[in-house]
Amino acid sequence: MAELTMVSAVCQALGRALKDDKDVVLLGEDVGVNGGVFRATEGLQEIYGADRVIDTPLAEAGIGGVTVGMAAAGLKPVAEFQFMGFIYSAFDQIISHVARLRNRTRGRLSCPLVIRAPYGGGIHGPEHHSESTEAIFAHIPGLRVVIPSSPLRAYGLLLAAIRNPDPVMFLEPKRVYRTVKQEVPDDGEALPLDLCFVLREGGDVTLVSWGAAVAETLAAAETLSGMGIEAEVIDVATLTPLDMPTILSSVEKTGRCVIVHEAPYTGGFGAEIAARLAEKGLLHLLSPVLRVTGYDTVIPYAKNEHRYLVSENRIIDAVRRAVAFPEEP
Amino acid sequence: MNNLDISYTRYLDPEGQVTTELPAFAQEQSKLIELYRRMTLARRYDGKLTAMQRSGRIPSYAPELGEEAVRVGYATAMKKEDVLLGTYRDTAAMLVRGVTIDEDLMFWGGDERGNVFAGPSEDFPLTTPIATQTTQAVGVAYAFKLRDEKRVAVTTIGDGGSSKGDFYEAMNFAGAWHVPVVFIIINNQWAISMPRERQSAAKTLAQKGLAVGIPGEQVDGNDVIAVCDVVSRALENARSGGGPTVVEAITYRLTDHSTADDASRYRDPDVVSAHWKNEPLIRLRTYLSESQAWTKDDEENLITTIDQEIEDGIAKYEAQEDLPPEAMFDHMFAELPMDLKDQREAVLAEFSKSEENGYG
Repeated sequence: MAELTMVSAVCQALGRALKDDKDVVLLGEDVGVNGGVFRATEGLQEIYGADRVIDTPLAEAGIGGVTVGMAAAGLKPVAEFQFMGFIYSAFDQIISHVARLRNRTRGRLSCPLVIRAPYGGGIHGPEHHSESTEAIFAHIPGLRVVIPSSPLRAYGLLLAAIRNPDPVMFLEPKRVYRTVKQEVPDDGEALPLDLCFVLREGGDVTLVSWGAAVAETLAAAETLSGMGIEAEVIDVATLTPLDMPTILSSVEKTGRCVIVHEAPYTGGFGAEIAARLAEKGLLHLLSPVLRVTGYDTVIPYAKNEHRYLVSENRIIDAVRRAVAFPEEP
Repeated sequence: MNNLDISYTRYLDPEGQVTTELPAFAQEQSKLIELYRRMTLARRYDGKLTAMQRSGRIPSYAPELGEEAVRVGYATAMKKEDVLLGTYRDTAAMLVRGVTIDEDLMFWGGDERGNVFAGPSEDFPLTTPIATQTTQAVGVAYAFKLRDEKRVAVTTIGDGGSSKGDFYEAMNFAGAWHVPVVFIIINNQWAISMPRERQSAAKTLAQKGLAVGIPGEQVDGNDVIAVCDVVSRALENARSGGGPTVVEAITYRLTDHSTADDASRYRDPDVVSAHWKNEPLIRLRTYLSESQAWTKDDEENLITTIDQEIEDGIAKYEAQEDLPPEAMFDHMFAELPMDLKDQREAVLAEFSKSEENGYG
């Protein structure tokens, strides 16, 4: 079996969904003939036709609106926003309608749709191509926010998102689109939404992360192991609704937690997890919950963005501080 | 498209005189009487809702006084299987589509169950964010086209809403995709305090369709026969694969923007008064009377029947039990996620406490 990158795994899942369910349609800018600017839809229009793999006019608010209409009318649209930085034009649709249509009609109409957007920095993109604003969506009741961190999870979670009867924001960390390859069987098996994935077990500290930063978090855990510190690594995967029991039971075991995300510090989704640990896990904590995040700055342009992105060293520093607490490491 | 002229259709002038030979459907007096009945119901119900807001029985309402012909006209032209995506000022159309008075009152009364209509079960609920329904309508129409269904999505927008980019994007998508959708601009000349002439330098709003390659036309929005005729033609064109149309129906908002508005702050009452002679009920009533099809007795009987229908609807609405507190969780998702169950339990616990256990 060929090994796939994450972006190829996304494409494989989309193809599978198109094959399995005639109501599934893909739409977005350049998703058809061109196969998407990242090639996440490569070859699909040839197989499934221009009626189901739909090139749209260049208008993001419009993409948001037509996607709502398609979903309410019985299709299962998967819309690609070319970059997360361009999704803001569609906020009115996402926040006022996607998240609310089921609720405001008490289930008479619903929005079984997926909004895909490559997100995050690290690919030397131009301005407005690098942000991580997942916390904005996580704050909106009615949205599921799902973020894969490996080819296997991209395939399984995307299938789950498409089959889910409610809307899913599926945010793809484009920095790791092509950095890792895995065997990804096209078996049509979905992975569970609303559950964290424990990627590594350890008894000294819990590292909680998602998206591209999972790579640095896992690397840090290996380095820490060499230093005698065993870290448990959790990939949150579904930010909302949050699987707090998995995080809490890990922290009950380790007593320490470091949260790692690429998005800015203030109001980042790590703040939500830290607050819940304070509310529900205080007596198990041996040290303060720490966060290793992006800064409260605009993510720098290409030349300096590597200084903004979370590094393995910063994670290791935070873990050493947590383990040494209340002493300095 | 060669012709950039925008046509304007009218059959009955404000004095109820026929200006052009009536279309076939309007040759039947029973059909005109039904249109008149629908407009009268809209007028009486609109007045009742406004009064109910004033007396605190519903929290808010967006009145339609003077604009009945547009909504009754386009909704009458639609087939049951078509789908309506309206604004927050399309109540009269919803009644024609089969939404009942008690269902509608729930919406204005502040209860989500008001969006659960038994009749047009695929119609969208009234939409507050301006112009967002127009792109959604294109998506609905795309689904119809993909499944080869002979159905049309109809969406409305105001003169103010036509300024929004969403509306342009909707028309542009519709043209590019050639989908069965009809856009109806209900130009009532006012966007709260902003008059039409300051909203856009465009000579007509219908011509906005021409920019994206779809036909646009104007209709006298106070002539229900004209609205019904123009929209029927646009619908049949869309249904038979002819693509989208923009219809600008010109009417006049005779009252406030909403029950929270006071239009006397920004427009001259004398100008408004002058518009009363153009309102849509008078002209059709005059025409029917002069055609010996409508008498004073008919009018009195109609009003008695309609008022009773409204009172019955209000009684049914007011007999409904309120939703329980935890109902806010019922339809957030198809299945309540584990993470929300604690919050639902907290709501149940808070409101199951007896008052003497509270702190307040």
